Amino acid sequence: MITQPEELHDVRLQVNGSVHEVRVPARRLLSDALRHDCGLTGTHVGCEHGVCGACTVLVDGRPVRSCLMFAVSAVESEITTVEGLTEDDGTLSPVQQAFSDCHGLQCGFCTPGFLTTITAGLRENPEPSEDEAREMIAGNLCRCTGYQNIVKSVLRAAEIEREIERESGEQVQ
Amino acid sequence: MKPAPFAYLRPSTLEEALAALADTQGAKVLAGGQSLVPLLSMRLAAPSTLVDINGLPDLDGIAADAAGVRIGALARHADVLASAEASASQPLIGMALSHVAHPTIRNRGTTVGSIVHADAAAEMPMVLRLLDGTVDVASVRGRRTVPAADLFAGPLESTLAHDEVAVEAFFPALAPGGGVAFSEVARRHGDYALVGVAALVDTEGGEVTRARIGFVSVSDVPTVVDVSDALDDPAGAALAELEPADDIHATAAYRAHLVKVLTPRVLADAIHHARERTGA
Ligand SMILES: Cc1cc2nc3c(=O)[nH]c(=O)nc-3n(C[C@H](O)[C@H](O)[C@H](O)COP(=O)(O)OP(=O)(O)OC[C@H]3O[C@@H](n4cnc5c(N)ncnc54)[C@H](O)[C@@H]3O)c2cc1C
Ligand code: FES
Ligand code: FES
Repeated sequence: MITQPEELHDVRLQVNGSVHEVRVPARRLLSDALRHDCGLTGTHVGCEHGVCGACTVLVDGRPVRSCLMFAVSAVESEITTVEGLTEDDGTLSPVQQAFSDCHGLQCGFCTPGFLTTITAGLRENPEPSEDEAREMIAGNLCRCTGYQNIVKSVLRAAEIEREIERESGEQVQ
Repeated sequence: MKPAPFAYLRPSTLEEALAALADTQGAKVLAGGQSLVPLLSMRLAAPSTLVDINGLPDLDGIAADAAGVRIGALARHADVLASAEASASQPLIGMALSHVAHPTIRNRGTTVGSIVHADAAAEMPMVLRLLDGTVDVASVRGRRTVPAADLFAGPLESTLAHDEVAVEAFFPALAPGGGVAFSEVARRHGDYALVGVAALVDTEGGEVTRARIGFVSVSDVPTVVDVSDALDDPAGAALAELEPADDIHATAAYRAHLVKVLTPRVLADAIHHARERTGA
């Protein structure tokens, strides 16, 4: 049997402020393009059908499952992966710092998806109640922590963000 | 697993998209991908070509007026849920959408895509059916309006032809004496319902003149039962017409139990909603 070589598409992905020119078949999932073609292995892949949330990235600021998007469909979007949450000088973002403070991860497999989801969630609701924190992470699975410390991390991240805001307010004065 | 190879088109006009669908054997529309991509990855579907409609202009509208709510094919669940105008015109839209998947899925999945995907476990096909809404469909042969009653053929099967694109869904507004309510039981909030129930009532002077109940995840198509003449035993009337099914998530007996519990509760909530709106 002679099989046709698969058609490849030149795709310009904008990830964490950089442009990645990749050549991929149409069926390349965005999660795989990020990992294999862009070398950004922070995005993890668990179920590949939208259920676990490990692959969650921000597409134009909104959390989206990267395993349910094709790289070819992401051409017009600005993508943020977990690597893009950290400051240029390596300073952890408030959500990352909170996970470290509260022991919000064990094996860390699920963590990139939680970090991106919570980063966007706190932009929408900067002062979540404990119930709202729980709801914010309800679409992501973690097999290690039992979630309690992740809920604490959400609340702690909100607190860190408030501290940063207060400090920058004081500096302005 | 990964999807099988397919050709990919991203047209920039509706006409191009319709021509591509008409010309290509085995082509399929790609909207939000939140149902289609899992099916491709599990190799339960293997279209020859995907026609990605995400680049089409003017399809992401959400417009509400006294007649009802028009939702374009590229309006994401999240944007429809956030639309205060949509929920003011037809409150059942927001009530049901808050149960559709998790916010991350709602950011990408489209409400119109969910309707034409015709999953009996999905909330919005049932809501459209209960409200007697319609879907506007386009193809190279022209446009037509499909009433929800003629839209669902079987499990995951709509009556759209393979080369038709659903461009807009219309949800009629809630009438002045009307009331609605929604409730579901799922393993987690955001998971597919084990059973979901919606009620739509009309009232005059606080008295119910018509009552209909819609069911999610009970039969293999979205099902609506008229209980206007069975207000004292709506669940009995519903179960006479429904055949709850077993699956890995719940037994038929458990589903019947949930119908018994939820139906009177949701009907009472809808009547209360109508009386609250009319001050009766
Ligand atoms: C983890 C998870 C949980 C979920 N939970 C729920 C839930 O609780 N309730 C629920 O209702 N849904 C749920 N969904 C599904 C979600 O609502 C999908 O968004 C929706 O079913 C399909 O919309 P889409 O835009 O993603 O369509 P796609 O996946 O792109 O398409 C689905 C099908 O419809 C066709 N199609 C789509 N748009 C059009 C159009 N405009 N014209 C013609 N054909 C079209 C496609 O060809 C395909 O066959 C869940 C999904 C996931 C991944
Ligand atoms: S890998 Fe994408 S949701 Fe599990
Ligand atoms: S820390 Fe191991 S899965 Fe969440």
